[in-house]
Amino acid sequence: MIDQVLIPLLKIVIVLNATLVAVTYMVLLERKVIAWAQSRLGPMRVGPYGVLQPIADAIKLMIKEDITPVRADKWVFTAAPIISMVPALIVYAVIPFGPTVSLFGRKVSLYITDINVGLLYIVSVASVGVYGIILAGYSSNSKYPLLASLRASAQLISYEVAVTLTLVSVILMAGSLSMVEIVNAQYNQHVWFVFAQPFAFVLVLIGGLAETNRAPFDLPEAEQELTGGFHTEYSGMRFALFFLAEYANMIVVSSVVTTLFLGGWLPPFPNVGALHLLYYVPSWTWFLIKSFLFLYLFIWIRATLPRYRYDQLMRLGWKVLIPLAILNLVVTGIVKVMLM
Amino acid sequence: MLSAYIPIAMFVAVATGFAIFTIVFSNLLHPHKYNKVKLEPYECGIEPATDARDRYSIRYYLVAMLFVIFDVETVFMFPWAVIFNKLALFGLIEMMVFIFILVVGYYYAWQKGALEWV
Repeated sequence: MIDQVLIPLLKIVIVLNATLVAVTYMVLLERKVIAWAQSRLGPMRVGPYGVLQPIADAIKLMIKEDITPVRADKWVFTAAPIISMVPALIVYAVIPFGPTVSLFGRKVSLYITDINVGLLYIVSVASVGVYGIILAGYSSNSKYPLLASLRASAQLISYEVAVTLTLVSVILMAGSLSMVEIVNAQYNQHVWFVFAQPFAFVLVLIGGLAETNRAPFDLPEAEQELTGGFHTEYSGMRFALFFLAEYANMIVVSSVVTTLFLGGWLPPFPNVGALHLLYYVPSWTWFLIKSFLFLYLFIWIRATLPRYRYDQLMRLGWKVLIPLAILNLVVTGIVKVMLM
Repeated sequence: MLSAYIPIAMFVAVATGFAIFTIVFSNLLHPHKYNKVKLEPYECGIEPATDARDRYSIRYYLVAMLFVIFDVETVFMFPWAVIFNKLALFGLIEMMVFIFILVVGYYYAWQKGALEWV
């Protein structure tokens, strides 16, 4: 009973809360980093250096008036943010934050569950989020959200093909779909997959940016052309849920890239005996540090690069990333057979 | 084996519950002062003349079709990649044939202009 229900439930609550806090502070970090990139200070008023800004934002969104436009499809309009947010959160169920450790004399694994189709689960659940976007745009019955949701879904599915194809070569290296096994494979093969699969790493990173609608692929929410994107008609808490989903997806992409390419919870050079003292640092710390690097990279890219044009975006997805992904897969397969 | 999925089902329940709870809870807190103008769809101040759900570009449909084809092909590669160590050379050649057919279709779509956006 305890192992079956209570411990998973406890882990779920911890992960959910950690995600929510991470998301709110991600927003602050983004505002701060972009402000620094532009020689501004960013939020400074709420708390010292603006550290309480996320809490103020959360309260504000809670007590904001929530409007359902008269022409909107009422139930779908409410369901869309939920459909968008739930997949973004439940992906964390298979992300390993650390190995199995002893805690209070009990063996506790630092992941919620380890299923043998972990990576497939992540890819499929993450793509359910598209429904939230398309339903939001359609049910709003307003021109800009509809256009934006069409754009967003076309973009998401285009890049999903490239990312999924690229992930096949990682599975080829690891020989397993389980996230825990993929990390173990990197330990056993004495190499982080970022060095074995540098092309795949770059492709997944670009695809990840596009999948999360981040700059330079933030066309679905291009403020200048679409007045905000698929959530133009949303306000208050339902808008907040979309926001939450978007940032939660960013954290998911960083965690997945960390697990697949940077050895997840493994310390740097895990097989070098001289560096064994790195194991004294708790494993989840390494995971968080590596994920944070990617989150920072996402913000950095947003502060640096201009936005793509839509035809450029589609060309990059279909004519550059997909051939490269197929090529990478073929080369990986051939090299692997030659090394056997 | 199936017991590994129980935490996922729990997570779905908790996440959905959380989402519904926040919407209901904020509904108790926020003001409800609506008027006609406020409830109109956003259209830069002009009253919307028609329904927004109009016909849209055929390209979106085309992209969706291509996605279905390519994504299904990719799903076939997942089990192959997992047992690649057992299949070795045989598996590689089999998959090369499969990928070759995929690439021929891809080349056809490219030449037909299905991948062009404008």
